[in-house]
Amino acid sequence: MKVWHFSEMAYHPAWPQLGESYRVIVPSRLYDPKIGADLYHRYLDEWALCDELGINIMTNEHHATATCADSVCTIPMAILARETKKVRLLALGMPIGNRNDPIRVAEEYATIDVISRGRLEMGFVKGVPFEISPANTNPAELMERFWEAHDLILKAMTSHDGPFNWEGRHFHYRQVNVWPRPWQQPHPPVWMPVGSPGSASEAAARSMTIGVLNTGWVRTPAIYEAYRKTAAETGRAVTLDKLAYMALIGVGETREEGWRRADQILGYSRTSGIVAPQFMNPPGYASDAQSAQALKTSGAGFRAGRIQSRDGRNLDPRTMTVADAIDAGLVFAGTPDDVFDQMRAFYDHVGGFGHLLMMGQGGLLDHKETVANLTLFSREVLPRVGEVAA
Amino acid sequence: MERAEIGEISLEVLTAGEGRTLLFLHGGDYFAQHREFFERLAQRWRVIAPRHPGFGGSTRPDGFRTVHDLAYLYLDLLDRQDLRDVVLVGSSFGGWIALEMCVRCLQRVGRVVLIDSVGVKFGGREARDIADVYALPNAELLRRMFFDPARAAPDYAGLDNDEATSIARDRAATALYGWRPYMHNPGLCQWLHRVRVPTLVIWGENDGIVGPGYGEKLCRSLPDARFQIIRQAGHYPQIERAGEVADAVERFARAEVL
Repeated sequence: MKVWHFSEMAYHPAWPQLGESYRVIVPSRLYDPKIGADLYHRYLDEWALCDELGINIMTNEHHATATCADSVCTIPMAILARETKKVRLLALGMPIGNRNDPIRVAEEYATIDVISRGRLEMGFVKGVPFEISPANTNPAELMERFWEAHDLILKAMTSHDGPFNWEGRHFHYRQVNVWPRPWQQPHPPVWMPVGSPGSASEAAARSMTIGVLNTGWVRTPAIYEAYRKTAAETGRAVTLDKLAYMALIGVGETREEGWRRADQILGYSRTSGIVAPQFMNPPGYASDAQSAQALKTSGAGFRAGRIQSRDGRNLDPRTMTVADAIDAGLVFAGTPDDVFDQMRAFYDHVGGFGHLLMMGQGGLLDHKETVANLTLFSREVLPRVGEVAA
Repeated sequence: MERAEIGEISLEVLTAGEGRTLLFLHGGDYFAQHREFFERLAQRWRVIAPRHPGFGGSTRPDGFRTVHDLAYLYLDLLDRQDLRDVVLVGSSFGGWIALEMCVRCLQRVGRVVLIDSVGVKFGGREARDIADVYALPNAELLRRMFFDPARAAPDYAGLDNDEATSIARDRAATALYGWRPYMHNPGLCQWLHRVRVPTLVIWGENDGIVGPGYGEKLCRSLPDARFQIIRQAGHYPQIERAGEVADAVERFARAEVL
């Protein structure tokens, strides 16, 4: 089991002023670059510490939002590629259906892979619906663009005999010739975040590693099952290292301390879904059936029911308590033993996974507390993670 | 609803009435709200109102991605049915299709009516000629769309799944064809001189999606066009003032000389 530390590098000082949308329409006058610089440096310090703690590193990106000030996932990775020496670097990742230039993505990833001497894991991300507006990509063609970009990037990274031609539906180049070539051969491992069984099957058919985020106790088993089923059907070996799960983790010397940390990290879950409704379901993004349902319920139902308790109650992420979130399988929190036990129970429930994407910092959890959280996890939980499968 | 087969494409189509042919090209939304308008038109014309490929129950070939494809499709439709002296009426997005048809071929078109049409960009790069309907809160969107949203805006709560799915498909297809560049063809303006056919530009006085000022500019850009405001109407005057718009079409299209 590999463990990764993830933070969205939130610009939380703006949160109290944001009202009903934390994304898309938030004016950047609410961002103070001096405070922002301090925050970037502390988040980078926390990731750099992971190199000593034996915890791998995960970044992501979102746009036009104060919930995630990492708008280019490869920038912190480029810094960390040099600043760290041992751990692996997962960018989860690049919204390749929303970016206009897949060749640039191949170049960024290949450069980080070489600088880090082969420690990059590269994520390709569809992107949540409210990423459409900042990129102004056609939502009705998003997945086509995604897969075409995916194919082009992998071909560009694995072609070493001079230029090739690419005249696809969405991307056109006549002299594709990416330098540098990546360190890892044939290319760094490929990941995709997945939130539904359908997406899991698409990833399985390509042997991608799936990062399953915020799906919890109720929705995760069907996603892993779809992956295993499709992998078996297409004759691919299903190893646990193809399955990742993200949990918010607060660990403390006492249960109270662990829960207090988890409560602050939950600031992530409580804010990340606060989006003006008109950006929640751009036409063509979701299936016709999903959009029809949203139409009948004035959009209210579109993302409802995404977080459920074990007994099937819908949980409102804005008001979710630590106890709710533990029950829902989104949070592992408490003493090191508590965290281990919750993780093992979840592991057994879903049939196992090979990567724990640990959100060790989120929301208002400050630097000192984050360092304590990561350090205690590294000392007391990390040495035991191999036992979950036992 | 009837269907029309054009090559491999199967379109939902409403045909009604008798007489000279009026081809109505609908806008991005509110197809079901056109019943009264169609009934009025059908008293005087043979109305053909196809639902565009990808909309409602109409199929869309994978290669259909742009308004150009729709323009050629409807030019094909006119050819295949050997229609002549057609009154071509386009609303909103459908007005854009009509313009793209007319700059290509006027052989079968007798008169053109554009109702709160989009398709052309007049302002500079930081001017927004056409409201970003995908970024407006629903209440504001409806206020801009209709003079009287309380009366005109449909209630979707009671729809059955098929009706709701049809509307979802309308909206997804509108996005597919019109997302970027947003609801216009940057090159179209320079070809509008080719629309050498009597044209009536109808505009809802209260259109908050694309205002009457845009309509007047469009009118001035066309070689043989006149402008008519419909009072107490928004972006879809033919929904809010069905009789008035049908009468305006009638008066214009019947006139020997204007």
